[in-house]
Amino acid sequence: MIGLLTGTVLLLMGIAIWQISKIHQLIQNNMGIKKDDSQIATQRDNDLQGKLMFAFLVFIYLVTIYCFWNYTKVLLPESASEHGVTYDRLLWISFAIILFAQTITQAILHYFAYKYRGIKNRKAFFLTHDNNLELIWTIIPAIVFFCLIIYGMVTWSSIMNFNDQDEDALIIELYAQQWNWKARYAGQDNVLGDANVRFLNDFDGRNSVGIDSSDPNGWDDIVVTQEFHIPVNRKIIFKMRSQDVLHSAYMPHFRAQMNCVPGMITEFSFTPTKTTAEMRMNSDIAAKVERINKIRYDNNQKLLAKGEEGLDPYQFDYLLLCAKICGTSHYNMQMKIVVDTEKDYNKWISSQSAFSSIMQ
Amino acid sequence: MKGKENKNLRIRVKMESKEFGDLLDDKNQSSDFHQDHHHKETFITKYIFSQDHKMIAKQYLLTGVLFMGFIGIAMSLLFRLQIAWPEESFAVYEIFLGKWAPEGVMDPNIYLALITIHGTIMVFFVLTAGLSGTFSNLLIPLQIGARDMASGFLNMLSFWLFFLSSVIMLASLFVEAGPAAAGWTIYPPLSALPQAQQGSGLGMTLWLISMAVFVASSLLGSLNYIVTVINLRTKGMSLFRLPLTIWAFLVTAIIGVISFPVLLSAALLLIMDRSFGTSFFLSDIFVQGEVLHYQGGSPVLFEHLFWFLGHPEVYIVILPALGITSEIIATNSRKPIFGYRAMIASILAIAFLSTIVWAHHMFVSGMNPFLGSVFTFTTLLIAIPSAVKAFNYIATLWKGNLQFNPGMLFSIGLVSTFITGGLTGIILGDSTLDINVHDTYFVVAHFHLVMGISALYGLFAGVYHWFPKLFRRMMNKNLGYIHFWITAISAYGVFFPMHFVGMAGLPRRYYTNTAFPYFDDLADINVIITVFALLAGFAQLIFLYNFIYSMFYGKKTVQNPWRSNTLEWTAPIKHMHGNWKGEIPHVHRWAYDYSKPGQKEDFVPQTVPIGENEEITEH
Repeated sequence: MIGLLTGTVLLLMGIAIWQISKIHQLIQNNMGIKKDDSQIATQRDNDLQGKLMFAFLVFIYLVTIYCFWNYTKVLLPESASEHGVTYDRLLWISFAIILFAQTITQAILHYFAYKYRGIKNRKAFFLTHDNNLELIWTIIPAIVFFCLIIYGMVTWSSIMNFNDQDEDALIIELYAQQWNWKARYAGQDNVLGDANVRFLNDFDGRNSVGIDSSDPNGWDDIVVTQEFHIPVNRKIIFKMRSQDVLHSAYMPHFRAQMNCVPGMITEFSFTPTKTTAEMRMNSDIAAKVERINKIRYDNNQKLLAKGEEGLDPYQFDYLLLCAKICGTSHYNMQMKIVVDTEKDYNKWISSQSAFSSIMQ
Repeated sequence: MKGKENKNLRIRVKMESKEFGDLLDDKNQSSDFHQDHHHKETFITKYIFSQDHKMIAKQYLLTGVLFMGFIGIAMSLLFRLQIAWPEESFAVYEIFLGKWAPEGVMDPNIYLALITIHGTIMVFFVLTAGLSGTFSNLLIPLQIGARDMASGFLNMLSFWLFFLSSVIMLASLFVEAGPAAAGWTIYPPLSALPQAQQGSGLGMTLWLISMAVFVASSLLGSLNYIVTVINLRTKGMSLFRLPLTIWAFLVTAIIGVISFPVLLSAALLLIMDRSFGTSFFLSDIFVQGEVLHYQGGSPVLFEHLFWFLGHPEVYIVILPALGITSEIIATNSRKPIFGYRAMIASILAIAFLSTIVWAHHMFVSGMNPFLGSVFTFTTLLIAIPSAVKAFNYIATLWKGNLQFNPGMLFSIGLVSTFITGGLTGIILGDSTLDINVHDTYFVVAHFHLVMGISALYGLFAGVYHWFPKLFRRMMNKNLGYIHFWITAISAYGVFFPMHFVGMAGLPRRYYTNTAFPYFDDLADINVIITVFALLAGFAQLIFLYNFIYSMFYGKKTVQNPWRSNTLEWTAPIKHMHGNWKGEIPHVHRWAYDYSKPGQKEDFVPQTVPIGENEEITEH
């Protein structure tokens, strides 16, 4: 497949080069009757290129339609967090404005290029400026942007200025290192114990996020790897730390991202609104999983034919990814997020062992 | 002999009195100044250590644009292959990457190195030094009517520092542990700790040294441009008669002088952290089983310093391209540029705002969210002058008589990609919306269209348009057309679908996406993108061929092939020291009297005095 594709591309390139040199020659020879080799656009060039400009407008529209038609399905599904709904609304409003502006301006630009393509002896219309016109196209964008700014700022402060003293909120630390994630729950007291990289080597290196064992708040803290669970419809406050380089905790389904910065604690908060089970039932996700499994099945056939191990079928899970370049395995720094019902969550968390078990 | 001495003496006297500021009007118009200076030119002074702005422009074009550009683009094709067909074996990897591609499979570290150096080369070497270096050098003296740059020596020094920094950057590709690989933004601690990434050893040291030298080169160049434009304009060339190219170059140079030193300071502090144990950007780090001594620094500080340059930098890249486009669109529309003063105002507004928007790259960096609000506000403001510019270009086309020379095609292409790429800035500049698309392919698509492709189009437009001025020959227009259309189609083919990849939640700088089955259905899109990227890369070979062929065998040019108004076309075709024989032309009008009613021709060069009954239409 790959060989074939590269072969095709190379072949096409070869053909293209050959064709171009041919065209080049033809142009050199054929124009012999009325040879114009000034290399300055002639009326014929203007005519052809002007028409191509119009064709290019059609091309831009086709690409746009094709992408929206075919690729809308790969986009993220509806938000699984409370603020994500507002986020999505603002996103689509902005996109509506963008698409409107894009469609109109590209049309005018390319249409003018086509309409006013050069004709010999026609004189262009001498026009230096028009204050009214300029005023209009300064003020209209200004008003539109002003509205967007206000809307964006209000949403931004409602997302970022959460009350981090909220007693009902669940506090979780996301701990980043090259190249994995860990999550620390604050335990019974819902207060995270102090921590620092200087404690990482305590307890024969089993103190994996560097909890300060002299701080009693940390004794009941619970550290998990691979996956972490959160209860649905409860506000979660994430505190991010990193032990080595910059990472970015990116949870796209929740419209959540915050960098993890060594030497400081960063924060983000959201309230999940759909359990993992509910999200798997979501029609977009179900369709996506089906598509992915079809792709994986096809790939498997090839792998098995080569005598290699097949791929597991895919099942949807929420993801925590790293979005900030962090070294060799940046591409594979993941953790599974499971959104449970309150009951399931309690069951899961009570089966995890606290930091005190390591201290003994 | 005696007479000659007298003349020289007179000139010296003139120059001295100039130092007292008496002869500001006289500037460098002493008509016989250069004719008297018959330097004996050797090969070295003419072609290598030349102080002639035209030669320096050519040097920048060949090293900065053609050579470095070729490397930068080739690198992007290598990693695009890896993205489309992850972990496949390609013979081309073995050839170019050697030990970094065991059995033809690309190593993740070299993938990161390739994206890092691709970004660095394209942003700094091609689009900053290459673009400004070529066209500011060529056009500033020629379009303002000056014999040369204010300081030919500094100009030469600027180029050779640039050359040195290119050599150091390329040398870093060959060090044992590989070149810098922390992304072109080189955020510490990743870039500071060789323990965290092998590219952060000698490779990063060389990167930092190269950039330090680059900043020095850029400052020398920029100061020279500013001084030249302010002081050496010919008689009659008031600021509001300057072509928009010059306005763009001038303002670009000013932003460069303001912001590049900050990059230098960031690089120096990083060098201190790396080599001398300071803790400007580092704190509480545990790597490879060891707690490092660093305490109290902050990577966020580096991000502020970096983007204080980094954001103006994108305008340093795009403004010259917009200036070039203004000139070419007006000339080839045979119409005055619409809203000349509004264009200047937008350039100034963009320049001012560009220095106070940097933190929109840092909405989720952990900085105070209040700052996010402030920077959203300033960022979306910058969209207004940008929109004005786009509308003015469109209005310039209206009722024009468009001459579709290749330069014109690229200029219109620039307006198109500038709009497409600029509009998605509304998403990224909004702190709220940035949360979920930050550091995804959406960003990659956005900035490639708005500053990468657009600036490249400006660069190509400039090369096609001023090639006759540079090399006294014309480029082949048909190859130019083919080059444009393949490039234009592939550019949209690459970057339009890429927005969707980003909106699907795929972070950038991933060596492969196969670690997440969730992204399996993006594989097809990535193949399409790569095929278009290869096509685009191929189109540049056409350009390269056309360029080199035309340099030697192209059709000889006429004095003013595009029937343009600006001063450079009044200078003799054959290059000479001092640009004009005899007296420097005086300027009597603005640069945009195209198709002026009552005139015989559809252009009136700036040197033509206003006729008796002629209306003064400059705006």
